[in-house]
Amino acid sequence: MNSSEVKPLGQLRRGGKGIISRLGTPEYSSEIIERLMQMGLLEGAQVEIMHEAPFGKDPIAVKVRGSLIALRRHEANAVEVMAHE
Amino acid sequence: MSSSRCLCLALVGNPNCGKTSLFNALTGGKARVGNYPGVTVEKKEGVLVSASGLSLQLLDLPGAYSLDPRTPDEEITRSVLLEAQEKTPDLLIAVADANHLERTLGFILELKSLGKPMVLALNMMDLAQKRGFQIRLDLLSQELGMPVIPTVATKKEGLIELLKQLDENCLSLLSSQSSLSSSLSSPPSSSAAPSSQLRSNQDGDLSSLNASHTDQIRARFTEVDRILKQALLRAPSPALWSDRMDRVLLHPVYGSLILILIFGLLFQAVFSWAEMPKEWIEEGFHTLALTLGQWLPDGPLRSLIVDGVMTGVGSVLAFLPQILLLFSFILFLEDSGYLPRAAFMMDRVMGKVGLHGRAFIPLLSSFACAIPGIMATRTIENRRDRLTTILVAPLMTCSARLPIYTLLISAFIPNTQILGVFRLQGLVLLSLYVFGVFAALAVAFILKRVVFPGPRPALLLELPTYKWPSFKGIGIGLWERCQLFVKNAGTVILSITVILWFLSSYPKPPQGAEGPAIAYSFAGQIGHALEPLVAPIGFDWRIAVALIPGFAAREVMIGSLATVYAVEDQAQSLGVSQFLGERLSQQWSLATALSLIVWYVLACQCLSTLAVTRRETNSWKWPMVMLSYMTALAYASSYVTYHVAVGLGLG
Repeated sequence: MNSSEVKPLGQLRRGGKGIISRLGTPEYSSEIIERLMQMGLLEGAQVEIMHEAPFGKDPIAVKVRGSLIALRRHEANAVEVMAHE
Repeated sequence: MSSSRCLCLALVGNPNCGKTSLFNALTGGKARVGNYPGVTVEKKEGVLVSASGLSLQLLDLPGAYSLDPRTPDEEITRSVLLEAQEKTPDLLIAVADANHLERTLGFILELKSLGKPMVLALNMMDLAQKRGFQIRLDLLSQELGMPVIPTVATKKEGLIELLKQLDENCLSLLSSQSSLSSSLSSPPSSSAAPSSQLRSNQDGDLSSLNASHTDQIRARFTEVDRILKQALLRAPSPALWSDRMDRVLLHPVYGSLILILIFGLLFQAVFSWAEMPKEWIEEGFHTLALTLGQWLPDGPLRSLIVDGVMTGVGSVLAFLPQILLLFSFILFLEDSGYLPRAAFMMDRVMGKVGLHGRAFIPLLSSFACAIPGIMATRTIENRRDRLTTILVAPLMTCSARLPIYTLLISAFIPNTQILGVFRLQGLVLLSLYVFGVFAALAVAFILKRVVFPGPRPALLLELPTYKWPSFKGIGIGLWERCQLFVKNAGTVILSITVILWFLSSYPKPPQGAEGPAIAYSFAGQIGHALEPLVAPIGFDWRIAVALIPGFAAREVMIGSLATVYAVEDQAQSLGVSQFLGERLSQQWSLATALSLIVWYVLACQCLSTLAVTRRETNSWKWPMVMLSYMTALAYASSYVTYHVAVGLGLG
């Protein structure tokens, strides 16, 4: 299927959405991962990129578990999503 | 119950869950605001009276997303809840936004694992119900193992029920305390007994030390999903109006324009709208001082009251219009949900110099005055970011520098036309503003690398659903700000003003002495003593003398220069500034004038800034750091300016 592939969340554009498949790659500290999780970014959760900041399209605002969470693309890349267009 | 101490309750919850509104509703808005020892986090305490008339202490804990200490706020919340202290809360009132249960219940479960008696206030119910939210409260309460009370804190709905519940819990706590048989850690004997399933889950969480932290978070969210699956009949539909507003307010083009518009308005408010009430206050105190002066017999007491105390009180109160206006804006923007969005949009820009997106408002307001600007840094969670912002805020050109700039520019810079449209004087003024901004950003850049090194803290913030701000809440917030300023910073400003008055007035000149009286005072002696120190940057003893009272407030420098150069008497018809300008241009070289201008851009000639920095950082260390680095920077820059100017033949 070419309609769904695993991508880091930080690489999606506005309107991009998917289901979180995995959290954390070795280059991210467990602190970041824990904070992301506490904001609701957990495996199995639906995410959608709602907004991109005006300058440089970074940070981004994602909708997850009914809340709108702002984060930089760098940290968002710690979240892998099964993206579907 | 003879030994019964006052029970202490604590409000805990995520940021933006309406915790502060609930605190205000429960205590009637009467809070004691202070700081936690050693940190910059605000401490709020109040008293609430329960349904049966029990007087209970209520602590408003800073908003947190977890008990892991990652921000100063979370650190405080954690230490109050976990560490044995004088006042460990006996009962927790957890507050959760009913609109965001999916996320917030995770924190509630984490709090529950502490084993303290707990009551959950399910807040913002009105909004949630409008969005179709339906929940079986009995099931939720049973599954969570704690009483759940629906509330609308802003409308005081559900308060009676909450107070009744608190009564029940507190009475049972008091009786268990007096019977000495049970310890505090026993679960509350309230209506809702914890379900056995949840208890075993929680115990499992606590005992399995090898389970990683992330697994614990996962387990909590799995538990949240399980509970909601049972209790939740209908989740709130998406907040469409909020999403619609975001489509405009966070739009790449319109959003940026609106941001600029709002910041422009804020700047305008602090810079010019506050000017009139500020002048009224200053004039009012001037008139009051004059009237008092007529009543009092001539002598040291009159001088102390008129020139010392009244000037001091006046200059403290004169800051209030700016503080009130700026904080009306900030509280409105914060309460409505826009402020975190502004930080989101500005993050990239401020990040270029290593600052947080939220540093923008404090720095912008510092163009008007660093006092409200420094007070506004409270919205920056990260301590290192906040200190950096506080330290560079006074480099932004504040409005108190303008009179000095105007005086020196009109006296020394020819008003020639440049390129047909610009005038040299205007360009010089503009370049002074740019110079200030550049200096602030450069210092911030260096501070972030040298003094506060470390990775840039991650930006991870919730953009809450927009809501109409509560004007009562804003009113209470403004009152707290003013109180804090007048009480803490005000007393320091007043006492130093009186000290400066004393230094400039005593000792009196000997009989038959020539020249201005200030030359014979301690300030004059200090000025003379400082002369060898300031000579390399082109200042003489007169400038040094004038700088001392000018330390009370930058604009006072004009008055003191007029005193030192004894132009007051001749200036009746012309106006002090104009006459003084003429006198200065005869006496000073251009190099000296330029050096003094540069000094004024960079030096910390403002004790109020130092007082408010002490108040906000809770120590004298940071005001001293500020004073030292700014003085060093100003001295070095003035030195270079003076010598380059002399080298160019302007000496």
